[in-house]
Amino acid sequence: MANEILTKITRSLVECEPDKTETLTKDALDAGTEPLEIINEGLVPGMEIVGQKFQAGEYFLPQMVIAANAMQQAMGLLEPELHARNQVSESAGTVVIGTVKGDIHEIGKSLVATMLSAHGFRVHDVGVDVDAQTFVDKVKETGANLLGLSALLTTTMTAQREVIQAFEEAGIRDQVKVLVGGAPVTEEWAETIGADGYAEDVIGAVDLSKRLVG
Amino acid sequence: MRPQFKILSDELVEKIIVEGFELLQDPGVRVHNSEALDLLAEAGADVDFDSQIAYIPRDIVERALETAPSDFQLYDLNGEPVVQYGGDNVQFDPGSAAITVLDSETKEQRAPVTDDFVKLVKLVETLPQIDAQSTALICTDVPEEIGDLYRLYLALNFMRKPIVTGAFRKDTWWTMKDLLVAVAGGEKELAERPIAIFDVCPSPPLLWSDLTCQNMIDCARHGIPSELVSMPLAGATAPVTIAAAVVQHTAECMSGVTICQLAQEGAPIVWGGSPAAFDMREGTTPMGAVGTWMIDAAYTEVGKALCLPTHAYLGMSDAKVVDAQCGLESAGGALVAALVGVNMVSGAGMMDFESCQSYEKLVIDAEIIGMAKRLVAGVEARDEPIALDLMRSLGHRADYLGQLHTAKWFSKEQYIPSDVIDRGSLDAWKKKGAKTAWERAQDRVAALLATYEPSPVSDDLRSELRTITQKAAESFGMDELPPLPKA
Repeated sequence: MANEILTKITRSLVECEPDKTETLTKDALDAGTEPLEIINEGLVPGMEIVGQKFQAGEYFLPQMVIAANAMQQAMGLLEPELHARNQVSESAGTVVIGTVKGDIHEIGKSLVATMLSAHGFRVHDVGVDVDAQTFVDKVKETGANLLGLSALLTTTMTAQREVIQAFEEAGIRDQVKVLVGGAPVTEEWAETIGADGYAEDVIGAVDLSKRLVG
Repeated sequence: MRPQFKILSDELVEKIIVEGFELLQDPGVRVHNSEALDLLAEAGADVDFDSQIAYIPRDIVERALETAPSDFQLYDLNGEPVVQYGGDNVQFDPGSAAITVLDSETKEQRAPVTDDFVKLVKLVETLPQIDAQSTALICTDVPEEIGDLYRLYLALNFMRKPIVTGAFRKDTWWTMKDLLVAVAGGEKELAERPIAIFDVCPSPPLLWSDLTCQNMIDCARHGIPSELVSMPLAGATAPVTIAAAVVQHTAECMSGVTICQLAQEGAPIVWGGSPAAFDMREGTTPMGAVGTWMIDAAYTEVGKALCLPTHAYLGMSDAKVVDAQCGLESAGGALVAALVGVNMVSGAGMMDFESCQSYEKLVIDAEIIGMAKRLVAGVEARDEPIALDLMRSLGHRADYLGQLHTAKWFSKEQYIPSDVIDRGSLDAWKKKGAKTAWERAQDRVAALLATYEPSPVSDDLRSELRTITQKAAESFGMDELPPLPKA
């Protein structure tokens, strides 16, 4: 019985039926299934299949984002249950992510945030047009070990360097691995400003994050 | 709404048709085929048997135009009607009868052999954008006399899609018919569910050769569709003005429809062609010239006005390598064909006028065709209201990527190309090897061929096809056919 619901949860993610994912997650809890079991045997396998289909060219960004959102929604139901049991879900890492000062471009950053979250990272999205100090404060507050900085413009990508400098000045540069991204950003730029990594797309960003802190 | 593209005013269409009728009475049409001359004379045309010229009165032509069907279908080997001739349906097949193949390694043209054509047939099977096969390469490893039927024999062993073909001789047509009958399971079955259509080509100006005329008559009598390929060469074998070249095309096609219908009333026949605007500098027949596209578009409108299915040779290039010229000419022609609503557009993969077939060009052309088909599918409301409910539910949030509305519609709204078209970031492109379209096309050809699935033709049928073909080969001095490549 439990297995059947978990299989259905997996399928609901793969078939892009977020409402079903939510209902089935509730049903599973009501049936007495352990939240960790729902995560590890229902949700995570679903996300893995969606990721594989995306990389095979069968799925596209909309299916990825819908599945990731559905996963997040289900996690919202499961977190209080985990908390009540004094359990935590396995976390790949904690991320603070945002678009740098002067830049209001959101899509790329949000996509990476969504996907990281779907792949087991705890994600703190600080939004767009974010100044260096806000990044520093949020990392201190959350104990994050990964920092994601997005910039879409050649004129704002220099702010990525300023954020890294702010972390050095605050003495917490070693606490985080810094990922930079955005249209004008290159491997070379990442190296120049002393970032730890760069990926050219959202899948690359997830892989790199797992490599850096996973 | 389907996007509309019209190149002729209704008045001009009418004038072209009237002048077409007039040409068939004076100077008449040359018909180098005795059976056709008899048919025309019996029907009441004034025939000069010495000069082999028929002067066809308008009423005979009008009757033929009425009895010719306005639509019909071609079937795949599973018996499904997958190609619809008629209306504004737009479908594509590879340009046919190329005499060279562009070698993928050397990028040079060379003489095609059995393996080359089989590879092309397999590739066409795997390309969803391409609707029909064509006997697209002439293999040089068999006697020239069986060049036509040998291509069909090879194709029938590897294809599922219907095929556009043609005969090079009068006698070989019968062997080709036997091959098709074997696959269809009988003459009646073939007529009911045709899997092939034969190109029949009048010679400009106003001439029916014995061979092609006989092919057309034989097709008509067996219920096998034929496709008129009239090819006025504007400024050389036809008048230079587009409208006048179309008048010539009209008269040639009218005479073809008439002979076809006199042979068998109701036989399916297509109003098609392969005209060109003669190049006044090089003396060549450019298929990538805008003037050529305009002649094709104009005669297609004439064919539609006469309620006949249509065909054109478009989407080709005169370039000798797969380069920018190759892409721009192929795209321009294919888009015009799609917008006008040509039922069967022959030309994918073809370059160097109509000389050469290229696998790489074929997979690039498939992307052009995908885009052209998307364009003519037009814009639809999809929802009622179109956007209000969705946009109000999201307010000012830019979260459309994660909406079910997006997942539901994106693949219908957007044509999604293969990796042949690069839309990655500069860095992503570099990481994949900074490949050009040619190199990506090479990768795509290899990837597609790996997905080819053998045709449903049984071993018994295969050996029957081989026996029929072998017999024809022997009569032209070839004791053993080349081995059939593996499925």
